[in-house]
Amino acid sequence: MAKDTKIIETYEKLRGAARKRLEAERAEGIPSIRITMSTCARAAGAEETKKAIEDVLEAQGLNARIISVGCLGHCYAEPLLIIDHPTTGFPPICYYNVDANKAKLICRSYLEDGDPAFEYVLGAMEENDLIPPVTTFPRFSMEQRVVMELCGLIDPWNIDHYLDKDGYSALASALQMEREEIIEIVTKSGLRGRGGAGFPTGKKWKFAFEKSADGKVVICNADEGDPGAYMDRTIIESNPHQLLEGLIICAYAVGADEALVYVRAEYPLAVRTIQHAIEEAREYGLLGENILGSDFSLSVRVFQGSGAFVCGEETALIQSVEGRRGMPQHRPPYPVEKGLWGKPTVVNNVKTLSSVPPIIRRGADWFRSIGTEGSPGTAIFSVVGNVKHPGLVEIAMGTTLRTLIFDICGGIPGKKKFKAVQIGGPSGGCLPEQFLDTPIDFDSLTQAGAMMGSGGMVIMDEDSCMVDVARYFLEFTQKESCGKCTFCRIGTKHLLNILNRITKGEGREEDLETLRQLAEDIKKGSLCGLGKTAPNPVLTSLRYFMDEYEAHVKEKRCPALKCRDLIAYYIDLEKCARGCEACVGSCPVEAIFTTKGRKKAIDQSLCVKCGECMTSCPPEYDAVVKVSPPELAPIIERPPDQQPKRAMDGADS
Amino acid sequence: MTAPEHLVTEEEEKAIKAELPEIFSRFPRERGSLIPILQAVQGRFKFLSPGAIREVAKYLDLSSSEVYGVATFYNQFRFHPPGKHEIKVCMGTACHVAGGDIILENFERKLNIKPGETTPDREYSLERVACVGCCALAPVAVVDDHVIGYMQPSKVEGLFVQFEVQREKEKREKQAKESAG
Repeated sequence: MAKDTKIIETYEKLRGAARKRLEAERAEGIPSIRITMSTCARAAGAEETKKAIEDVLEAQGLNARIISVGCLGHCYAEPLLIIDHPTTGFPPICYYNVDANKAKLICRSYLEDGDPAFEYVLGAMEENDLIPPVTTFPRFSMEQRVVMELCGLIDPWNIDHYLDKDGYSALASALQMEREEIIEIVTKSGLRGRGGAGFPTGKKWKFAFEKSADGKVVICNADEGDPGAYMDRTIIESNPHQLLEGLIICAYAVGADEALVYVRAEYPLAVRTIQHAIEEAREYGLLGENILGSDFSLSVRVFQGSGAFVCGEETALIQSVEGRRGMPQHRPPYPVEKGLWGKPTVVNNVKTLSSVPPIIRRGADWFRSIGTEGSPGTAIFSVVGNVKHPGLVEIAMGTTLRTLIFDICGGIPGKKKFKAVQIGGPSGGCLPEQFLDTPIDFDSLTQAGAMMGSGGMVIMDEDSCMVDVARYFLEFTQKESCGKCTFCRIGTKHLLNILNRITKGEGREEDLETLRQLAEDIKKGSLCGLGKTAPNPVLTSLRYFMDEYEAHVKEKRCPALKCRDLIAYYIDLEKCARGCEACVGSCPVEAIFTTKGRKKAIDQSLCVKCGECMTSCPPEYDAVVKVSPPELAPIIERPPDQQPKRAMDGADS
Repeated sequence: MTAPEHLVTEEEEKAIKAELPEIFSRFPRERGSLIPILQAVQGRFKFLSPGAIREVAKYLDLSSSEVYGVATFYNQFRFHPPGKHEIKVCMGTACHVAGGDIILENFERKLNIKPGETTPDREYSLERVACVGCCALAPVAVVDDHVIGYMQPSKVEGLFVQFEVQREKEKREKQAKESAG
């Protein structure tokens, strides 16, 4: 395509108009209240908070602009408010865990009286002399944001906010380049697919570009099915335009005329947000016919995935768009040769495409300066489990696990000890303490037996049972196996059966060898990534936590006191207070009765081991004890006059 | 997984059938529309009735079993009509570590149904869902689209007491209205 200054002019006009509109809003000088309204914030009560703010503004006759933004990634502090009240002289202030009542207090105090209510402040959003800025906290300062740079700071439902931050400028410059030039930049940047496998993005684009065909397709893979990973959803809900910009650049580079965003239907807010963003982009001439006045045209539509984990695999994803069961196909031919409806198809993950605009804007060398030699750029993890500051974290590749878990996310809460970290969801592995200094990048993690995967990270303290965790992930992959390959379909079922047996205390010594062998066979005998990686949680836990397996099998004991068939609760009669009834009402199955000494005891034949009595026992008595194996619990006869009152229908169904 | 014919009355099937042509008309008549059509049908009626499956198959010129095959492959589609109160228990990783299975078991015991089913009186339906994305509040249950964090077995009990109170109140109001009218 010929160099065309018209494209830049068209773009600058768009951006200028957007800035003018925002400038006019700012000139009014009224305070702005940004509130996080992504799915996770809503779950934490952001809707009630927003309602409370609207009410208090109306009741007090206060003037402020409420802006719903996406997610900052700080799940532990949701819902978050950022109030910018320029006339007070304070910088924009961030408040955390703002429920409806707090919101009312803050608004009245700050907007009415000019007092920023310091007790609820998390920090200032800018450097200043009055309030410590959030950038001095490790949770903020040690992150490096490329993909999530604008998440939580801009209104995802208003394209002007993105344009104001130079959004779509990468598209404008890309449209003036030769297609090969763009592919060259992406190749040079070393960007690798963020969906898990880490295939070089530039290479994929090149294959598709070189294939001559009637039409080509680009698909954005946002079929995030890993239980515990939610960064793709957050990115779409918080900054959909950066993703769209990357998608359009990719389509232009490979010569596609059709694009698809494949989002899980279980993410209704993400679906609505991306649909709205597509409409906005179309209105602004950034999508559709003759984008920004060039001769490149592209149509984008949203396809809602129906919730099958295996559809994250590209050939399965394509099958499901074609209206079939999402079963992976043999490769080659790869989708870049023959994909959706037989056309060459590029399938890229949300994070991959969102990394593209910054790369085009700031150059391949800039991107290479972040991260490691083999894995440039950043990685996004959703850190959950037994950790103080859970949430989404974007860090430079090469950061160690220790830095991520202990420095950035605050370590393990309580006085518990770190036991393991599970990386990469159901396809990943459990790494013990000695791996904490492993740098996070595609190759190091694979070497350690885990993998980058989708970026789910679960931190586990000493109370987690590794056999149970392996069983949990296997239960998931076994359910999600599409059934095509025998090893995956039947093998995972057998693995699960054995693990179920072990967690029930019915394990046999030869089981451990069978597990290992079967796991290896499944890896070899499966076609797609699901089967190839499904045994990883079993293999890594076998390798690093053999002692726990042995305790389950040989001693019928769960060292972490987690596996419910291997534990029992009993009440220490020495500690139990005479006449105290605290635990009785908490028991859902009436298993607790009064002994002759007017103390309490547990009827082991009825107990479902939910642990409620332990929670409800007043701390000054602390009389409920959990033991493994269950035989350690003393047996106390239930007197006939103490039988449960209500009929136990359905108790064990 | 078969459709529970006994749970769906003939009148309901008739009402569903009457609305289907309008839904179908929004999609091109081709194989690629199968999943979007199923989603639209479920979006309208909250589940896929046996009759609706047959109609979709007819419209796209597929066999009913083919449509079933596709629909049952995906987690999104349900074949039981939902209860008046929809209960979803999160089974994501963080919730599992925090004891989500204990919560699910409590609901199962209380309602005497398995996940994916609806109580015969159509009051409650129970589902296990993958991560709902509020891992910081684990374990989590979603009751009638309202997320409840830090679930405990005693909270399950409390929930049903609340429903019971609500039902009693409705009943009294209805009676009051009837006697007044």
